[in-house]
Amino acid sequence: MEIEIHVIHYLVISTVMMFCGIYGFFTRKNLLALLISVELMLNAVNVNFAVFNRYLFPDRLEGHFFSLFGIAVAAAETAVAIAIIINVYRNVKQVLTDDITDLKG
Amino acid sequence: MSISLQEIVFYIVGACIVVSSVLAVTTGKILRAATYLLFVLFGTGAIYGVLGYTFLGAVQLMVYAGGIVVLYVFSILLTRSDKDMKYRQSRARLVAVLLTVTVGAALVLFLVFTNGFALNLIPQGVELPVERIGRALIGTGKYEFVLPFEAVGVLLLACMVGAILIARKESGKSKE
Amino acid sequence: MDYTILILALPALSFLLLALAGMKMSHRVAGIVGTLSLAAVTVLSYATACSYFTAGRMEDGLYPTLVPWNFEWLPFTPSLHIDMGILLDPISVLMLVVVSTVSLMVHIYSFGYMKGEKGFQRYYAFLSLFTFAMLGLVVATNIFQMYVFWELVGVSSYLLIGFYYTKPEAIAASKKAFIVTRFADLGFLIGILIYGYYMQTFTFTPSEERLMQAGMVLPWALGLMFVGGAGKSAMFPLHIWLPDAMEGPTPVSALIHAATMVVAGVYLVARMFPLYVDFAPHVLHAVAWVGAFTALYAASVACVQSDIKRVLAFSTISQIGFMMVALGVCTDADPHGGGLGYMAGMFHLFTHAMFKALLFLGAGCIIHAVHSNEMEMMGGLRRYMPVTHITFLVACLAIAGIPPFSGFFSKDEILTACFGFSPAMGWIMTAIAGMTAFYMFRLYYGIFWGKENRELHARHTPHESPLAMTFPLVFLALVTVGAGFIPFGRFVSANGHAYDIHLDWGVAGTSIVVALAAIALATWMYARDRQPVADMLAARFSRLHRAAYRRFYMDEAWLFVTKRVIFRCVSVPVAWFDRHVIDQFMNFLAWGTNAAGESLQPVQNGRIQAYTWWFLSGIIVLTAVLLLF
Repeated sequence: MEIEIHVIHYLVISTVMMFCGIYGFFTRKNLLALLISVELMLNAVNVNFAVFNRYLFPDRLEGHFFSLFGIAVAAAETAVAIAIIINVYRNVKQVLTDDITDLKG
Repeated sequence: MSISLQEIVFYIVGACIVVSSVLAVTTGKILRAATYLLFVLFGTGAIYGVLGYTFLGAVQLMVYAGGIVVLYVFSILLTRSDKDMKYRQSRARLVAVLLTVTVGAALVLFLVFTNGFALNLIPQGVELPVERIGRALIGTGKYEFVLPFEAVGVLLLACMVGAILIARKESGKSKE
Repeated sequence: MDYTILILALPALSFLLLALAGMKMSHRVAGIVGTLSLAAVTVLSYATACSYFTAGRMEDGLYPTLVPWNFEWLPFTPSLHIDMGILLDPISVLMLVVVSTVSLMVHIYSFGYMKGEKGFQRYYAFLSLFTFAMLGLVVATNIFQMYVFWELVGVSSYLLIGFYYTKPEAIAASKKAFIVTRFADLGFLIGILIYGYYMQTFTFTPSEERLMQAGMVLPWALGLMFVGGAGKSAMFPLHIWLPDAMEGPTPVSALIHAATMVVAGVYLVARMFPLYVDFAPHVLHAVAWVGAFTALYAASVACVQSDIKRVLAFSTISQIGFMMVALGVCTDADPHGGGLGYMAGMFHLFTHAMFKALLFLGAGCIIHAVHSNEMEMMGGLRRYMPVTHITFLVACLAIAGIPPFSGFFSKDEILTACFGFSPAMGWIMTAIAGMTAFYMFRLYYGIFWGKENRELHARHTPHESPLAMTFPLVFLALVTVGAGFIPFGRFVSANGHAYDIHLDWGVAGTSIVVALAAIALATWMYARDRQPVADMLAARFSRLHRAAYRRFYMDEAWLFVTKRVIFRCVSVPVAWFDRHVIDQFMNFLAWGTNAAGESLQPVQNGRIQAYTWWFLSGIIVLTAVLLLF
């Protein structure tokens, strides 16, 4: 017996996740909320890797491991990002993007 | 045409993910957003399980749900961001963002639907054995991943050091 | 003859040494370095000349053309390449001797003349540079090497004229000399390029085949080259720089503006002579007429100038005109046919270099003694300066063409060649020779006889110059006396075969009589304390006198042409175009860039979300584009 879930269904879910993340990234102002949006996007990408691996190359493991490492990288990124955000908060007592425009140089 | 348990689970989880994602980026309270993110991550873990990648699902739950979300909650509380997030958005900006997002989503979905994926059958109940994962993870041959594994190890170490260095209180300079 | 490379290397090295380390040396050491290297060069030149001419002729009766040293410098095509090298043939050996002799005399003389001057070392460095350039010019193996050294000569002349760089007249004069000769050199360069393009070589002997193909192009190229030569050799109307160049130190005038550099144009024509006479006889005859007119013009101006160096300058122009005429009247390369002028011109170049250098050095002694260039300040100097007086007289007799001085022989050959060409030319040149005798003796009497300026001399008694200055005078005077007896035609002639000079007593007698008459006239007019005849003539023909004194307004004419015509009609519109069109275009570009930057600047607002939004939009657009097309 085999599952008959069309691959498109997975992809629709991941697309919705992805664009929710993008929407959030643009509309939120709190840096932590921004980071949450980024996590959503990363998650969507990980799902896609796993799904394509499973459906297209069931004998191999590249996508699977890419997801695995993606999770690790996401964890690392989150740790550093949160450290930075805390530092920003300490300096400007705010974590809103509108306050952080020093990138302008 | 019978509907298997997996399918039922998948569709429930899928609906859950979609709803939670939308709520995670629209809710006005950041703690709630973090909670909805947690749901999404749970759902993703379940999808990995449905795909047969139970190990990946377990990692997802442990690292994301167990570690990262907790980190979020802590930092939200630390930075006192736990308040109303309904900032005023300029209308033009909102329109631009919505337009971009819808156009982008439409484009991606168009691609997905017109690509003509034919393979929709996967071996049922075949779980990826952890032994294989372990061997692949520390093997050095083709399609084996000890090098990225080591690289990720170094990365995690570096980010740990970096995070500590960035976030710690500068005792010497704090008096400035 | 490998040592000939030293002839070029020594002055160059001495220039480098003096220019780089000169300030560390005392005046004495610097002068000795320069003079010793030049003495070595002179010895080497004489040795070269001796061994070259005693080595004998080849079987066909010609002296060989030797290239003891050559290297390919800039190759363009297999046949067209610019070389640097040393070419020895009769005229280049002759020029080596002339240049090194005069240069050595000037070096020695300058010891006395420039004593205690500020920049003494710099002066010797420039002298070395000039000598190097001039020697490089005369031994050039090809026309392009000649051009390179030609310009180097121009630069060193510029530096030496402007030696007293705190004097505004000197600066103006050096600038004028440089610009005028540069302007003429433009013609030279174009001529060279045409020549190189059509002959596929820069050497002086293109292949027969190319020469046949060239047709009308070759005369044009040669004519343009003559324009360059006319600039350097101060031919009318490009002569205007030479009188002003007298602002430089007098020994420099003797070296550059009398004996060596100004004959570079003559040398150029002589160098290209086989091509001129075979392929462009009309150009050659044009050269003759330009030379004749220049000689006449300069002689008439020289008759009324009061500055002794100016008189000598115009006499130089006139004598170079003689040489040009001599080359120009040739109709054939056979000296027994129509080619006598070539030999005569080169002979005159040689003798003129000696006695004109002598005249200038003598003038230098006089100026040194009375501290002025003006004839009014002089008069009666024969009692104070006997050596200068005698040597100056020798030179005057030589230039006037009185036997047995050298000028007589060379000028006589020129006149014979002119009569051979056309009687009109012969009589014109005889008349100019008479004028030469007249103005030279006017100068001579004005300086050494006539009314003494006692008031001035009482305050500052003129004195004879030191040995360093009188030695070159005596040496050059001896050369001037003896040079006429050199069997010059045996060494240099138009077709290379030996030619025995024999005087045509009809021509010689006429020219002697004319010269003696002119001298007598000058004696009658100027050898007295008062000069009623001269004053009367000047008053009678006051307009002519003033015009001649102002050099027939040639400078004004040039100023008119440059200022009124070229500046107003060409430069002003060009400047307007530059300022309003090109500059505005550039301003527009700058403004446009600036405006674009200003308008794009708000995009960089430092908001990470805005950046990512642009990024994402770009991705979407690109994807859409890829999908659509």
